[in-house]
Formats: sequence, C-alpha cells, structure tokens
Amino acid sequence: MDLSYTPDEQAFRAEVRSWLETHVPKTPLASFDTEAGFEQHREWEKTLASGNWGMVTWPEAYGGRGCNLIEWLIFEEEYYRAGAPGRVNQNGIFLLGPTLMEYGTPEQKARYLTKMASGEEIWAQGWSEPGAGSDMAAIRSTARREGDEYVINGQKIWSTRAVYADWVFCIFRTDPDSERHKGLSFIFVPLDAPGVTVRPIRQLDGLPGFAEIFFDDVRVPADNLLGDEGQGWRIAMATAGFERGLMLRSPARYKNTAKRLLELYRSRDNDILDLSIEDAVVRCYLDAEAYALSTYQTASRLVAGGSIGAEASCNKIFWSELDVLMHETALRLLGPQAELIDADQPPEAQGWQDGFLFSLAGPIYAGSNEIQRNIIAERMLGMPRA
Amino acid sequence: MDFSFSEEQLEFHNAVASMLRNEVTPERIRARWDTESGADAEVEKQIAEMGIPIMLVPEEQGGLGLTAVDIVLIAEAAGQVALPESIINDALVCAPLLAELALDNERCAQLLPQLLAGKIRLGVGHLINPYINFGADRDWFILPQGDEVHLVARDEVMLTPVGSVDPSRRLVRVDWTASEKSCVASGNYGAKLWRAALNRGALGAAAQLAGLAQGMIERAVNYSMDREQFGKAIGSFQAVKHLMADCATRLEFARPPLYRSAYTVSVAAERADYAISHAKVATGEAALLAARNAMQVHGAMGYTWECDLQIWMKHAWALDKAWGDAGFHKNRVHQWLLREGALTGPEYSFGRQDEELSYA
Ligand SMILES: Cc1cc2nc3c(=O)[nH]c(=O)nc-3n(C[C@H](O)[C@H](O)[C@H](O)COP(=O)(O)OP(=O)(O)OC[C@H]3O[C@@H](n4cnc5c(N)ncnc54)[C@H](O)[C@@H]3O)c2cc1C
Repeated sequence: MDLSYTPDEQAFRAEVRSWLETHVPKTPLASFDTEAGFEQHREWEKTLASGNWGMVTWPEAYGGRGCNLIEWLIFEEEYYRAGAPGRVNQNGIFLLGPTLMEYGTPEQKARYLTKMASGEEIWAQGWSEPGAGSDMAAIRSTARREGDEYVINGQKIWSTRAVYADWVFCIFRTDPDSERHKGLSFIFVPLDAPGVTVRPIRQLDGLPGFAEIFFDDVRVPADNLLGDEGQGWRIAMATAGFERGLMLRSPARYKNTAKRLLELYRSRDNDILDLSIEDAVVRCYLDAEAYALSTYQTASRLVAGGSIGAEASCNKIFWSELDVLMHETALRLLGPQAELIDADQPPEAQGWQDGFLFSLAGPIYAGSNEIQRNIIAERMLGMPRA
Repeated sequence: MDFSFSEEQLEFHNAVASMLRNEVTPERIRARWDTESGADAEVEKQIAEMGIPIMLVPEEQGGLGLTAVDIVLIAEAAGQVALPESIINDALVCAPLLAELALDNERCAQLLPQLLAGKIRLGVGHLINPYINFGADRDWFILPQGDEVHLVARDEVMLTPVGSVDPSRRLVRVDWTASEKSCVASGNYGAKLWRAALNRGALGAAAQLAGLAQGMIERAVNYSMDREQFGKAIGSFQAVKHLMADCATRLEFARPPLYRSAYTVSVAAERADYAISHAKVATGEAALLAARNAMQVHGAMGYTWECDLQIWMKHAWALDKAWGDAGFHKNRVHQWLLREGALTGPEYSFGRQDEELSYA
C-alpha cells in the first residue's frame, strides 16, 4: 500500500487543473434538459475533446489519453473542483463506452467511440419499458432480423436526455419465442431514423429530462448489434456493473457536494438551532470521504486486473442515499428559505433545491435500492431467495 | 380523562372532508397552478359557507366560538387533499388575531365585521416566516416590528412575489415602514400575541402535515396494488410493504401529540409551546418520510410532473419549514426539557392537573 500520488500523477493533476482553469465557462450553462442548454453542453464536450479530455481512459486512437482509472479519478476531482459543466453524454462515455470497449468489433469501436468522445454524437440509454422497470427481463419490444437489417417495434420509457440526443442503445427481444433473460440483444438506433417517435416526459422540476421512445417498423443495419444475438442480457449486466459500481457517479461529485454543505453550514452558523444538523453535516462529509476511499480501492483492484462484482450494489445504495442525506441536510440548514426557486435564492443557497429533487431519483434509477438490497443479500451474502 | 373527539366534531369533520374530496381534486389543483391568484373561488366559497374561516372567533364578536380541538381534524382533512388555499392559516391565525386586537383597538374593531363577512382579506406576517403565502390578494396586513403589532393597508406596503418549489403556493415578500399610527399593540402584550399566533400557525401546519402524510401513504399504497413487476403487484414485495409500514408507524405516533397540542392551545394557550413543538416536529418527520417512501414506491413514475404525488410532496416540504422548522421547534423542546423544575415523569403527559393545565 502506498497512499501517495506518484510524481506522474501529480503532474497529471497539474495539467488537468491548468487546462480547466483556462477553459471552463465563466458563467454556468443552461440546463441540458432545455434545447439551448443541451447545445451549450454539446459545445462544451467539443471543447473538452479539443484538448483530448473527452474520456481520458480511452485509447488515444479514440480521442482519449490512455489513462488508468486512478488518473480518471484525479481528472474527475479536478473537474468538480473547477465547477465544470455536467456531462451531457454521460450515458455514452460512462456506460456505453466501457461496454463497447469490451464487446465491440474494431469497426464498431472506430465508428462510435471517436464521435462519442468528441460530443458529436450524444447517446441515450433505452432499456426500461412501461412493463419492464425493475423487472428488466420482461422486455417486450422486438427486433426482427430481415436480411441485413433489424426491424424494430415497441416502446421504451424513462430514457434520459433522449429528447435531444442523437442515438439510443437499447435492448430488444430478437428471439420472439424466448422468455425472460434469453433471446435479448443489444442494438444501437439513431433517433432520427424513420419510424422513431420521441415523446418528452417532464420531470419533477418541470423539464423534459427523459422521454418515451416509440419504434414503428424502424430499420437499422444488422451491424448495429453489439456482441452476439441473444447476448443482450449479459452485456447489459456488464454495463450496469459500470453504472452502479464505478463510472456513473465518481466520488468527486459527492466530495464536492459535501464541501459545499460545509460551506453552507459555516455561513449559517449563527442561526442554527438544531444540534442534530451538525451531526448530519459531519456524517455527510465522512460518508463522502468513505465513498472516495472505496472507489480508489476498487480502481486499484481493477488496474491490477480484478473485476467488479455484487459489491457494486453496495456502492449504488451508498452514493444514492448519501446524496439524499446531503441535500436534505442543506435544506434543513436553509430552513424556511429552502422552498424558494433558485432565481430568488442568494448565491450560497442556489442549486440545493434542484439537487434535492434529483437526489430523490437516485434510489430509483440504475436499479432501485430495494433490488440492490436483494442482490447484496442473495449474491454477496448467500441468503436464500424469497 | 377522555382522549377522543366528540360525535359533533367527527360529524363536522366528515362533512368537510367529503366536500374537500369532491372539490379539491388533483386536476383542479393543477388548474390553479396556471393562474396568477392560485386560488379556486368555488372552493373558497364553499369553505366560507361552512364557517371554517370564523370558527375560532368568539361568539360575542360574531364568530362560531369554537376551539383548536374543533378545527384540528378539519386542518388535517385539508392536508389530506393538499388544499392549496391558505384557509387553515386564515382561520387559525388571521381571524383570531384580529378578534383579539379588536377587543381594545378601534381600527381593528372596525375591520373585524368586514373580515367575518368575507368582505376583506387579511394577511399576517410573522418574524418566523420570511414570506406571506397568498399575500398578493390581501387588503390588510398585520405585521411585526419587534414585539409591536402593526395594522397596515395594502397601499402602504410593497409586495414582491417570490417563487416556491411548490406550485400551489403564492409567496410574497412584504416591504413596509412601521409608524406610530400603524401600531395596534406592543410590549408584553404584543409579544404574547405573536407567540400565540406562532403556536396556532404551527398547529395548522402540523395538522396539514399529518393529512399530507396520510394522503401520500394512500396514493403509494394504491399504486403498489396496481403496478405489477415480476408478475405480481409490487405491493406484495416485503421491501415495498416495509417502506409503507414505516410511514404508517411514524404517522400513528405523530397524531396523538398533534391532538394533545390542539387541546393545550384551546385550554392554556399561553403554555402551549412544548406541546405545539412536539406536534410540529413529529408531523413534519412523518410527512417527510411519507414523501420519500411514497416516491420510492412509485419508481420513475413518481419522478414525473404528470404524477400527482408531487402535489402532496412539494406541499409537505414547504409546510415542514413554515411556522418554525424542525430546528426551531426542537430547540423549544430542548429549552423546556432542560429547565429547572420541568414537569417530566410518567404523571405529567398532560401537564399539571391540580390547578390549571400547565407544562411549566
Ligand atoms: C431520473 C431517472 C432516469 C432514468 N433514466 C433511464 C434511462 O436513461 N434509461 C432507462 O432505460 N431507464 C431509465 N430510468 C428507469 C429506471 O431504470 C427505472 O425507474 C428502474 O429500473 C425502476 O423501474 P420502475 O420505475 O418501473 O419502478 P418499478 O419497477 O415499478 O418499482 C416500483 C417500486 O417497487 C419496488 N420493487 C419492484 N420489484 C421489486 C422486488 N422484486 N422486490 C422489492 N421491491 C421491488 C422498487 O424498488 C420500487 O420501489 C430512469 C429512471 C429515473 C428515475
């Protein structure tokens, strides 16, 4: 064990910091759930790509820097420290990217990864269906093979950023006689293909952060299949592992929120009447720290050739519940002022209300926390199934 | 000792609750969101016809002469349907405050009959609340300056709307200047009025929070019976059941403190701080937990604008911090518990019984 950054890692941090200092937009971008905001964020992705910062862990050939996961964590720390914009292409770069790297053909990698890293193509994830939420194996949308094409019919729902995105990666039933986990396949669909209809769904904050996608005899080339036909479930579980276990929520995000929470606490010191708030603030910081340490440990294991297992479910519960606690605590600190919309809040109070709403979705998406607890009990602890 | 509501109280509650269920639907609440006033005139009219706004004004002054115990279930019913209008606040805070002031202030005495007749609307500011809900449609304001109580007309104040996360609310900030002329009470008397107003306001918020919690639990339970995953209603999964059972348990132990606080306010208003604060903390926690777990049971559906659950959740988040947030009320409980000679111990759940009811 050696818990110090190497000179190379320190040099890397310095390089990231100085690049971000000159490039991060001085005024915050509009929400990426608005049309204008989405394009601003796409521009920012292009700016990142211009410095080869789109996805540092990818090979240089695809617009990356060939960094390892420790360097990725350092990059993320600097990214949050600099207050840089949210990643509009997170479904692509954090979820699909690593999956493509593992299961894609060389042609697919060349075709998709570069444009993903450059922000030219923004991706949405299309797995859930109205009847297939927690029970994802109940997927009914179909892709039927016809010559060199798949013909797709059905409906996806809750697809984040799909309102303005360019592509969606989906799971469809390719074997009409199959049941449950079998006969599913992982297929890419351009959202401007004939027969695709995207219907925005407004979220708790009133903005169309996700969408329903309808497929009516949509034709895509058979090359849009990732991995083998019928292998969709296995590939999806690998993606879900990245989602829950590592990439979707880097620890820097929570350390940054915990830091802002401490600042808010200090700014309110004089009018705090509830002693338990101090306890909550401290607990938030310790948990954010624990999450960071745990991620460094996981990253070290992966760098040494290990893999992510059922403990990814612990991770997902930990970050999602921490996020709720941090935002609840901030709103308690704000007291009667907490309910105000950002436009009417002083600077130190901005962002908490919106962040709170979004934190409530954390225990639901990426596999609900009830499902994660079942996985931990059954697969990690070996307890009997219900 | 009889810790139960009377036949009459329950009947009145049933009548009001059934009217509210019919008239205050999610569709009609959403229709209010698109309007500037945020109010439904028809609902306001029906509530006024039932006498709710004047319930707590003494009979000799033209009101119904009822007590906080009579109104607490009504306030809870308002919460259960997530009633947006400020009627509970008007009935518990505005009307009784003006009535009390009217006893020895001429200007207030002249206004009171107009308020009771529904000809004018009154807004009450309090140092604990930075804004006044539905302040824009008020003709008169009672506002604090330290312990002083001031009565000012609409054209003497400047109102600035501020946005709330709860689309059912219509907050305004009030800027104004106190004058000798506008002062209607001061000193200890003023302080006493403000404290009583706070306790009644907190009682109204607490009762609505209990109703909101109940409303959210009902919605989530119903949803869990309709929604199927893995070939079963999600309500049949133990994890989902437990989410709801936890909410029910919290609420079960928030209501008795709520009802005790209504009683204390009605018989010993000056010594109700502790009981009120207990009720506000307990109902606030019950409502926040219900919001969190009801949302969880709804899955992604609960995170949409279309899902009506948001009407209840957002109202609960706002009311939890109105009329004193959990920090303020826990602090009052601390002060009470830690003071010399506090009446703690098994025999004191209802205060001192030998003389007048008292917690101090
Ligand atoms: C903000 C947000 C963004 C999202 N983005 C995407 C996206 O980009 N792409 C995509 O495909 N999907 C996305 N989703 C959907 C997400 O994956 C689903 O919401 C999630 O899988 C849960 O499914 P559901 O919403 O249908 O809830 P349900 O499955 O109906 O669950 C409802 C409740 O029942 C519980 N439950 C269900 N089954 C069990 C069980 N067996 N045991 C115990 N409890 C159970 C759940 O835990 C939950 O509390 C998103 C969701 C949200 C909220």
